[in-house]
Amino acid sequence: MIYIRFFFIIFYLVIAQISYAQDNNLKNKITKNLRCLICQGQSVYDSDSEFANSVKILVENKIQDGFTEKQIYIFLKKKYGDWILYDPEFNKSTYFLWVLPIVMFLIGGVLVFKSFIIKKN
Amino acid sequence: MKVKIFQVLIIFLFVIIFLVFYKGLNNSNIYVPNKNLKKEIPNFSVKEFSSNIKIDSDKIFLDDEFYLMNIWASWCVPCREEHALLVDLSKHKNLTMVGLNYKDNFVSAKKFLKELDNPYKILLTDPDGLISIEWGAYGVPETFLIHDKKILIKIIGPLNENDKNEIIELIK
Repeated sequence: MIYIRFFFIIFYLVIAQISYAQDNNLKNKITKNLRCLICQGQSVYDSDSEFANSVKILVENKIQDGFTEKQIYIFLKKKYGDWILYDPEFNKSTYFLWVLPIVMFLIGGVLVFKSFIIKKN
Repeated sequence: MKVKIFQVLIIFLFVIIFLVFYKGLNNSNIYVPNKNLKKEIPNFSVKEFSSNIKIDSDKIFLDDEFYLMNIWASWCVPCREEHALLVDLSKHKNLTMVGLNYKDNFVSAKKFLKELDNPYKILLTDPDGLISIEWGAYGVPETFLIHDKKILIKIIGPLNENDKNEIIELIK
């Protein structure tokens, strides 16, 4: 009997831990994608500066208010600009950044294709 | 002939790469945000410093007046340096000074104002830094000149004589 009780206590402790972790997952995911603007090369998640701590509280509040991840990004982008996101969105000033690797890949592919096929023939 | 063109091209490419990186050496790698944005001020409700009563931002910032909002904290050393300039600016009649106390201890903030004089007509408090984020601020000190619910200029870091003169020029 004692063993069963003991088992249940541990079981509930684990469950509580898991649900807490799930709440934090979204917050961590978002803060990892936010640049700490006053630090160098650190995300908001990694930093413990005053700015980063405030942003963490803000993200938590926004999640509780029912904001989606995208809405939070839009909110912060409006305040601080595109620079705050580590994962830049596709728009007028970033299309070069996104398209260039694909173009390079295609050119490389053409070069490889040409040198192989043409040599074979 | 073909080889020569190839060599010239490679040298040319390296020169371009060198120039790009050489120019990049002198660039500051600290992010400097755009200062003159003419951005609308945010809507928020904020607690008054000593009474802790919540006020809406519409009631603080009226349309046809100039406001200088300064984010400060008693623990911030540059705030101490710029404070004399803020006291000077507070003597101008058509400028309303608004202070936002950032993540501060009530007692030390009061002590700070007692020691260095209180230039703020309206004093607000921001205990967890959320209001500063609404303003797009990075930390302390930061100063905004507001007119017609728009941010005219934004000064990141402590004010200096030039900033002060610029503000006086704008509010004339």
